[in-house]
Amino acid sequence: MTYIAKPKFHHPSLKKNELGYTHRDYEGKISTLCAGCGHDSITASIIEACYELSIEPHRVAKISGIGCSSKTPDYFLGNSHGFNSVHGRMPSVLTGANLANRDLIYLGVSGDGDSASIGFGQFAHSIRRGVNMTYIVENNGVYGLTKGQFSATADRGSKSKKGVTNTDNAIDLVAIALQLGATFVARSFSGDKTQLVPLIAAAIRHKGASFIDVISPCIAFNNHAGSTKSFDYVREHNDAVNRLDVLVGRDPIAVDYAPGTVQMVEQHDGSKIALRKIDADYDPHDRLGAQTFLARHAAKGQIVTGLLYVDPDAEDLHEHLNTVETPLNTLEADTLCPGSAVLDKFNASVR
Amino acid sequence: MSDKKPISSVNDFVVRFANVNGSGSASANEMFARAILRHGVPVSPRNIFPSNIQGLPTWYEVRVTEDGHLGARGGVDMMVAMNPQTWDKDVAGIEPGGYLFYDSTKPMPSTKFRDDITVIGVPLTAITNSTYTDPRQRQLFKNIIYLGALSALLDMDPKLIEQLIGEQYKGKEKLLSSNVHALHLGRDWALQNLKCPVGLRVKKSDKVGDRIFIEGNSAAALGAVYGGATVCAWYPITPSSSVAEAFTAHCKKYRHDPETGKAKYAIVQGEDELASIGIVIGASWNGARAFTATSGPGISLMTEFIGLSYFAEIPAVIMNIQRAGPSTGMPTRTQQCDIIACAYASHGDTKHVLLFPEDPAEAFEFAAAAFDLAERLQTTIFLMLDLDIGMNHRLCRPLKWDDSKQYDRGKVMTADMLDEGRDFGRYLDVDGDGIPYRTYPGTHATKGSYFTRGTSRDRYARYSEEGSVYADNMQRLMRKFETAQDLVPRPLQANAERPTKYGVIYFGSTTPAMDEAIGLLEARGHHLDRLRIRAFPFHSSVASFLAEHDFVYVVEQNRDSQLRQLIVNENGIDPVRLVPIVHYDGSPITARFIAKAIGDHQDHLKVTPLRKAVS
Repeated sequence: MTYIAKPKFHHPSLKKNELGYTHRDYEGKISTLCAGCGHDSITASIIEACYELSIEPHRVAKISGIGCSSKTPDYFLGNSHGFNSVHGRMPSVLTGANLANRDLIYLGVSGDGDSASIGFGQFAHSIRRGVNMTYIVENNGVYGLTKGQFSATADRGSKSKKGVTNTDNAIDLVAIALQLGATFVARSFSGDKTQLVPLIAAAIRHKGASFIDVISPCIAFNNHAGSTKSFDYVREHNDAVNRLDVLVGRDPIAVDYAPGTVQMVEQHDGSKIALRKIDADYDPHDRLGAQTFLARHAAKGQIVTGLLYVDPDAEDLHEHLNTVETPLNTLEADTLCPGSAVLDKFNASVR
Repeated sequence: MSDKKPISSVNDFVVRFANVNGSGSASANEMFARAILRHGVPVSPRNIFPSNIQGLPTWYEVRVTEDGHLGARGGVDMMVAMNPQTWDKDVAGIEPGGYLFYDSTKPMPSTKFRDDITVIGVPLTAITNSTYTDPRQRQLFKNIIYLGALSALLDMDPKLIEQLIGEQYKGKEKLLSSNVHALHLGRDWALQNLKCPVGLRVKKSDKVGDRIFIEGNSAAALGAVYGGATVCAWYPITPSSSVAEAFTAHCKKYRHDPETGKAKYAIVQGEDELASIGIVIGASWNGARAFTATSGPGISLMTEFIGLSYFAEIPAVIMNIQRAGPSTGMPTRTQQCDIIACAYASHGDTKHVLLFPEDPAEAFEFAAAAFDLAERLQTTIFLMLDLDIGMNHRLCRPLKWDDSKQYDRGKVMTADMLDEGRDFGRYLDVDGDGIPYRTYPGTHATKGSYFTRGTSRDRYARYSEEGSVYADNMQRLMRKFETAQDLVPRPLQANAERPTKYGVIYFGSTTPAMDEAIGLLEARGHHLDRLRIRAFPFHSSVASFLAEHDFVYVVEQNRDSQLRQLIVNENGIDPVRLVPIVHYDGSPITARFIAKAIGDHQDHLKVTPLRKAVS
């Protein structure tokens, strides 16, 4: 349980990143989720991505809603402030936090109940506004904490553990995110860390609304035959369009790529994404193409994963609002308050 | 004409304009009110408008009041009847001896008039049509033409109106001269064809002084600018939308960096009230001063977040511009009906701080103070305005600011304090006031981080379902609420000239009507001590006031006497001693109403004993 302290000792020769932090510095409390839960793999991937990016852990704000997924921010980045807010309302809380201090990294963690049902509106509007954030949905198709009810991302025709068939159409959050103008859209699988870790890293380095839908099987309530979110099903139907490496820093790690197989994407902050193409025709800069591609493959029962869309020159909400570079939460009366002389003039104008 | 004498009054009467919504009458009517102010005579105008953009009836009422009674008076001395839809009701509403001003272009049957009033017909449409050809011009200038005619009838100085037109259309010469022309068209017609002035007259005076004329919503928004709000999230809802709109306008003027042009604020129109309060909570959690403005239905939607703010101790400022509820209720009518909803908003045991400004000046002051209180107390502060204060221009004292004032950012533990080795427990009460320290996200690499949650936790923010840990936290929250008592604005007491066993408690927009009612009651021989409550939690002086009086009237604008309920509940008072005086039809409470209700109760209390009567 979370109140069990994690032992503090670690191996003295633990590898350190550029900032001198070890892997342990990015960990959090011990998870209270079920053993084998896909969410714990995502937690591990977040830790890995932050370690590799050499992010200062305390410069990340982790914000979540309610549910199994939303508990996970307690299990990574223990030196970051976390906010386990209200069911379905992570996006608004994150938006407000981001407005208050544009200098931190905002990591929003949500689930499919949180983002596709109760918080569908907030999900949509935070994407629309272009909030600079990494929005991860840990998508398992069920309500885990309340024991196995279908969520809105459960596929039509899929079966619950109790044998009930879902008759409602599924919401594909990736398709919606694309339609609403997210500037970084990806899907991955909690069981595929090699794909997921660089996706999270690239999303963090992206300026603008980054959205990652991570299919994350629920070991307790949605990992049976008939489920379309089980480990077996996702492995069988995973159709990855690309795999990627994130290259950060002055000396990009020399990676050998066969000519014509890699597409380099330079993000706003200078970091590069090397996209190793799997589907040769897939163009991650073509929003409309991505939407069609997704729809066509979904109809065939395939789960398209990889970096599906990226606009490296995206703008974010702060640019739309033309806010000052200084974080708003550091401004004091001397810059915020117009003072008594201005007030006297104001009074004179309303007489 | 009956023998009812026409009302004769200088600087003390009520003019009501009946118009069609969307006809452009509002600016002419407002100019009428401002023109009287320029005569040095106080006015109190009120918009009575429908939840509609075009076509439905709307009224604008101007109380001209040399004595400075700014509450609604009730009754109409002159009706400017420009709306055929409401004609019958408008004519019926005129006081006997009053005046009816109407457009006489089309003849009206005599049955449409009353014989105990003075009927003044001005062929407005005929004058307008003979001068203007453009339909929109005809409509707009018709309003200025009746303003001109009224200026003659009420003996107003046309130069003062011209001056106002000049200020309004500064730099737009064409509009300026055409408006002045229209004004004189109406004025000259009246002077040539009617007996001017009538019994109602405006005479120059000096009773306005340095007071300003402003809407409460605009003043509250300016208070937010002065109070250091940098994040505003809102969702449009009458009657609160103009708070956010005014905040936007004020920020455009006062909050842009002169060199870079960049904004020292962020305003987001949320997708709903849940998002609005979520953004406020997120921003405040991260150390910015943030607020939202809403009305009853928005409060209902926000309650889950309000509970989070209370329990996880996150500052928030909510301006509630109250309107008549429940449900959609009467969206464009005033009430003080969210007292209980706000005081105890959200599930579980919660209590919230409420501020009750009486007018725009106090709305400004309390709005700015709300941000200090929110950060000091780390909880939600409600600024409880209502439509009557928020959406009407009100004469009030000039806004004041002390330049030496620094913001009270509350108990925030900094990186230096953490490095000094200070013990940081997010929910640890170190000095007995119930208020713990908080850290802003990103403060320190290894110290001071914590996990914010709406679930129960211990003093060091660690998740806990231990009963004793939970209770310990809940008791500290109570202690914090007690601390709030001494931080919020105190009640103001005004005693009657002679000792009395009777008192009256009131708050907010009831104030001007109550002040006036005291005079009316004294004239009837009833003397009352007054206590104006300005905040919840109640200061101990409320309990003392209750103890000092046999009966205390609680005057408020809702059906269920909500403030009285709150007083009874929080002070453990015998409810019999608190007499509810409630007004809740959606119109602003009047002095006449209060004086009658309290006066009748007082008369009833003073029944002569039977034995004495027979002897």
